[in-house]
Amino acid sequence: MSALVVVRTGPQALVTDRGRPGHAHLGVPPSGALDGPAHELGNRLVGNDDGAAGLEVLGGGLRVRARGGRVVAVTGAPAPVHVDGRPVASHAALHLPDGAELSVGTPVGGLRVYLAVAGGLDVAPALGSRSTDLLSGLGPAPVADGDELPVGAWTGPAPESGPVPVSVPGTEVVLRVRPGPRDDWFSDPHAALTGPRWTVSADGNRIGVRLDGPPPGRREEYRGRELPSEGMVTGAVQAPPDGPPVVFLADHPTTGGYPVIAVVEPEDLPLLAQAAPGTVVRITVLR
Amino acid sequence: MVALHARPCGGHAVLLEVDGSAAVAAVVAALRAAALPEVRELVPAARTVLVEVAPGATPDRATQVARDAGADAGEAGTGTVHTIPVVYDGADLALVAETAGIGTDEVVALHSGAEYRVDFCGFAPGFGYLSGLPEPLRQPRLESSRTAVPAGSVGIADVYSCVYPRRSPGGWRLIGRTDTVLFDPSAERPALFTPGDRVRFEPR
Repeated sequence: MSALVVVRTGPQALVTDRGRPGHAHLGVPPSGALDGPAHELGNRLVGNDDGAAGLEVLGGGLRVRARGGRVVAVTGAPAPVHVDGRPVASHAALHLPDGAELSVGTPVGGLRVYLAVAGGLDVAPALGSRSTDLLSGLGPAPVADGDELPVGAWTGPAPESGPVPVSVPGTEVVLRVRPGPRDDWFSDPHAALTGPRWTVSADGNRIGVRLDGPPPGRREEYRGRELPSEGMVTGAVQAPPDGPPVVFLADHPTTGGYPVIAVVEPEDLPLLAQAAPGTVVRITVLR
Repeated sequence: MVALHARPCGGHAVLLEVDGSAAVAAVVAALRAAALPEVRELVPAARTVLVEVAPGATPDRATQVARDAGADAGEAGTGTVHTIPVVYDGADLALVAETAGIGTDEVVALHSGAEYRVDFCGFAPGFGYLSGLPEPLRQPRLESSRTAVPAGSVGIADVYSCVYPRRSPGGWRLIGRTDTVLFDPSAERPALFTPGDRVRFEPR
């Protein structure tokens, strides 16, 4: 059986796919790749279905050895890629021969690199997905040095694709939000969101990213009030009374008790997931 | 008709706010019966139902179904009844008895004498908020949360009882423990509790 043998993982490597939406009423987060377009691009480059599982590699530092030759592709945050020490292109399909070692260096911009392999990673699914969910512990454990990740059957043919554009994340990210569902709790929600120059805090993870900046002020009648727990969507900007707002990402709790002032457009969440700590964030309000 | 306030929640979801758990149940029952293909998530909570639809769709049709729901449709809820065996030796049993001004044996009798309803799930996979807690047991959370509550712990807080599906932080007052598995990701139905189910606790 073909496999990727993990030599080194770097800071964090997780099996990921499109996640397991549809179970929020059981308390199960959607999970799945934080930079969905990068994950999908990798699958397309190697000829997989969009749902095939690959790796989400935080901060690079990954080294894997092929058991059985396979076509692979590295996408997401731009990072140096080598095969047996020779530099190769990211964002392109490449053949990894049996026994060869692929290494992914530290991204030169962004945080998360994606590795797709033809046939997909064939680890056991949980609730229809192979994604590791860091909030609830569903899916495979985080990848560890020495792991052997089985690769699914592959009958080819390898697709032919030209070069694809690589976007390097800038030092400033613009997030478009829609107000609500609890914007009425805040005295001037529009100004509270669009005024500050937010920065990405250092403690972000797959559950959420804190935006350092002034907490949105509550209206008089909502000060000291508690909200009964209610359902939360991915992209919700939750504003606790005493701290900066948090934007929920894919492994977020499915209910929460702090008011949500606005929701980030789904298309903009990959930018946030790729934003390094200290990145400046500007918020614009739609409608 | 259900009186509700539809709060927009991004471009693909709506938070339907109603006036209590009966209306939440009615809205959920109506939306489940309608089985709209665009609905991707349906999340009941204490006074709200979150409806998330697939990208490209809008939640307008779901909102209309919710408005048209019969106000008492959920009350007849014939959910599954689960019986959970409990050893009542929780770390906060004495505190709960003292707060209620009764003996620990009365706490056990009260807690195991009631029938509960799974109002909603959240916090962790398989964690259900069980309403139906007798009045003397409606007590606040601990002033500071425990960093690790063992799996199977039976707790109470505010108007709810709960069972912790797995080891996690938690601030509920713990009165007992069970061996029942609340969440098994490899099972066909991974979560034991689904909103609408009934639950009884049986002393061991």
